[in-house]
Amino acid sequence: MQSVSKEYNGNPVLKDVNFTLKEGEVLGLVGENGAGKSTLMNILFGMDVIRQTGGYGGRILIDGKEVKFASPLDALKAGIGMVHQEFSLLPGFTAAENILLNREPENKSVISLVFGQRANTIDRKTLQKKAIDAITKLGVSLDPDMLVSEMPVGHKQFTEISREISKSSIRLLVLDEPTAVLSEKEAEMLLKAIKNLSAQGISVIFITHRLQEILDVCNKVIVMRDGRIINELDAAKTSIQEMAKLMVGREVASSSREKEERKLSDSIIMSIRNLWVDMPGETVKNVNLDVHKGEFLGIGGLAGQGKIGIPNGIMGLFPSGGSVTLNGKNIPLGDTRACLDSSMAFVSEDRRGVGLLLDESLEWNIAFPAMQIQNKFLKKYLGGLVKWRDQGAIESVTKKYIQQLQIKCTSSKQKAKELSGGNQQKICLAKAFALEPKLLFVSEPTRGIDVGAKALVLQALKQYNRELGVTIVMVSSELEELRQCCDRIAIVTDGAISGILPASTPSEEFGILMVGKSMKEAK
Amino acid sequence: MEKVKSFISSFGLPRLIIAGFLLLLFIIAPFVGIRVGASISDTLARFGMNSIMVLAMVPMIHSGCGLNFGLPLGIISGLLGATLSIETGVTGPLSFLLAILYSTPFAIILGWGYGKLLNRVKGSEMMIATYVGFSSVAFMSIMWLILPYSSPTMVWGYSGSGLRTTISTDGFYSQILHNFLCLRIGSLEISLGEILFFALFAFIIWAFLHTKTGTAMTAVGSNPIFARASGISVDKQRTLSVIMSTWLGALGILCYQQGYGFIQLYQGPMYMAMPAVSAILIGGASVNKASIPNVIIGTILYQGIVTMTPSVMNNLIHTDMSEVLRIIVSNGMILYALTRKSGASR
Repeated sequence: MQSVSKEYNGNPVLKDVNFTLKEGEVLGLVGENGAGKSTLMNILFGMDVIRQTGGYGGRILIDGKEVKFASPLDALKAGIGMVHQEFSLLPGFTAAENILLNREPENKSVISLVFGQRANTIDRKTLQKKAIDAITKLGVSLDPDMLVSEMPVGHKQFTEISREISKSSIRLLVLDEPTAVLSEKEAEMLLKAIKNLSAQGISVIFITHRLQEILDVCNKVIVMRDGRIINELDAAKTSIQEMAKLMVGREVASSSREKEERKLSDSIIMSIRNLWVDMPGETVKNVNLDVHKGEFLGIGGLAGQGKIGIPNGIMGLFPSGGSVTLNGKNIPLGDTRACLDSSMAFVSEDRRGVGLLLDESLEWNIAFPAMQIQNKFLKKYLGGLVKWRDQGAIESVTKKYIQQLQIKCTSSKQKAKELSGGNQQKICLAKAFALEPKLLFVSEPTRGIDVGAKALVLQALKQYNRELGVTIVMVSSELEELRQCCDRIAIVTDGAISGILPASTPSEEFGILMVGKSMKEAK
Repeated sequence: MEKVKSFISSFGLPRLIIAGFLLLLFIIAPFVGIRVGASISDTLARFGMNSIMVLAMVPMIHSGCGLNFGLPLGIISGLLGATLSIETGVTGPLSFLLAILYSTPFAIILGWGYGKLLNRVKGSEMMIATYVGFSSVAFMSIMWLILPYSSPTMVWGYSGSGLRTTISTDGFYSQILHNFLCLRIGSLEISLGEILFFALFAFIIWAFLHTKTGTAMTAVGSNPIFARASGISVDKQRTLSVIMSTWLGALGILCYQQGYGFIQLYQGPMYMAMPAVSAILIGGASVNKASIPNVIIGTILYQGIVTMTPSVMNNLIHTDMSEVLRIIVSNGMILYALTRKSGASR
């Protein structure tokens, strides 16, 4: 790959990426979420999404010849196979059938002579043999007659990989976090299989968050951050610590940031015990956390580890259990109304789905929760029997926040869906501010918004915390952002808090917590 | 040109075509020997009869339950109220008030159950609602025969039990609203009574949508997840809206009966939902947004077409085309609006 770059709607996500891969080499690709790993692989694989958003810059060379894949089919023909995080298997079919789906060996019969190729029958024996070949090539034990629906996760993963390598022309295999869903034992088997493949001359690009695995199987490691390749390391000579530091660290940034160690209040505003949340993709297993009064607590961690599940579970948007107390009072979980009544507020990460009434005016969006929960912006008639919307009050509060947060809009009556992502996010903040909460949860406030808006949003939150003394718990995948605003940062790994450190701690320590190792193990 | 385009897009092309067609009918009418005054009176009378049933669509659309294809359920509550009122033997205007009073508990109970059902089938409310309407009509067809009514104005003459298919409201509340404050100028007849009656309920709904609860209902329809995250019970709001719609449906059929002069039982309510759905869609409502102006414009346009086409077409080509045209307009409009469901903003 030579100086590959890519923009999404004017936001550069990949800048000048160069790397080479030799035959039979195993390349590890690591980086935080949003570092550009997936985009890079999508380009390599010719995914539609790339073309639809305006193509990419730079060149991809295979065997010295430039290639430009118009679709994943072209990439397949050129011998690139990809195994995605989500399985694409037919549950009612056996492993063998899945492996050779749509490439089944066929028998001609009388009927097919008349009706053409589509009426050919499947040659079951050859099918079986080919499937077994692929499985042996991978070097794992897998029963070709087993139905996919009855398989453990690991075997499903092997079936996927077998399917890719059963293609005769396969040269390069891309594995996107294949071990994320596997148990330790299965992961070990997979790693062995990867080594097998590489011995047979198939190159592998291996994307993972588990740095130990990189050390185990890879020849070479590429660390990506912010769409750039930060460093290319020799896997034999690096360490988990070094990779973690490169992954998250911005030494320049950490020195320039203002150091302010605030004394935390001793009183605890919220304490969370044994919290579990059943949120798809963000399962929380057992979280224990104390939030001090007036602090700005950050919750970080890699995607899918459960950090987003924490506020969503407490606010009752997903089934949850455990105990949460606010100012010593128990909060019933799963009851959104009770949470809001006890002056908590939540800015959701799903802006368009949960955070906004897209078809309604900004006035409605900002005033609605405060109106419903605290009876603000209402005029009462007939002794409180009729609670009439107070248009004047709604308008003035909306104008106040538009000015305060510098929301760009044509008027307070504009519809929320017409605003840009950053301004929509500010509306979500205004909505929460209007509730005047004592404790504010903010989830991924900067996701999908541009740099300028990001700074404004963070500034607004910081100001809100510092000047009004509101306790804020912010969940974010961007560590640097957390380190800028927060007093303490808790890192969530595998549905539990793996550690809480002051924000001034060097970022490599956070990186190590993220990948689920304690400091001792890493050394 | 730009102005014209933006006007068309804001007013809606189908509505323009229908309005144009209606205007054309009014222009042709005098030439084929139809008095315009009488035509307008007819249209207004039909507006008075049907408008409240169209209004019954509004609460459910606002809460995101879609179009109220289950209107027959509300109509059945109204029929129960009407027959009970006649059974008591009270005559005159009081019988109309009694009918409203009697139908209210039925509407609340049936609407509550209907609402509970719709909460279980989120996403396919309209299809379920259609069958709720159909099956309730079938069920009541049995009940009309079995229920122990005894008023001689209503039961079958030869057996003395079971209700007749058509019952006259003469002497009870026939034309009660229509004749209240009725202005007569030549052949033109404007019933202020009916219009005021509609205006009262339209105002109540409008006002309701401006209250705290009404705002919550609209938010539930606009984005249920947002509403839930703001601590609102989505199911409660939806049930409330269904009860309101059902009650308005009951009121609507009573209003219809006083204008029409008859109570139609058995299969009568079967297809009553279609004209009402069609009217509000012509008025510019979508599956999840509706306003009072939508109701007024839609009812006038739809009822105008229904009144004018038979008379004008019959006189023009001497064949009965009216029913065909009416069906094309009403079903075509429903089809058009449903295909635009995703296009309509949600």
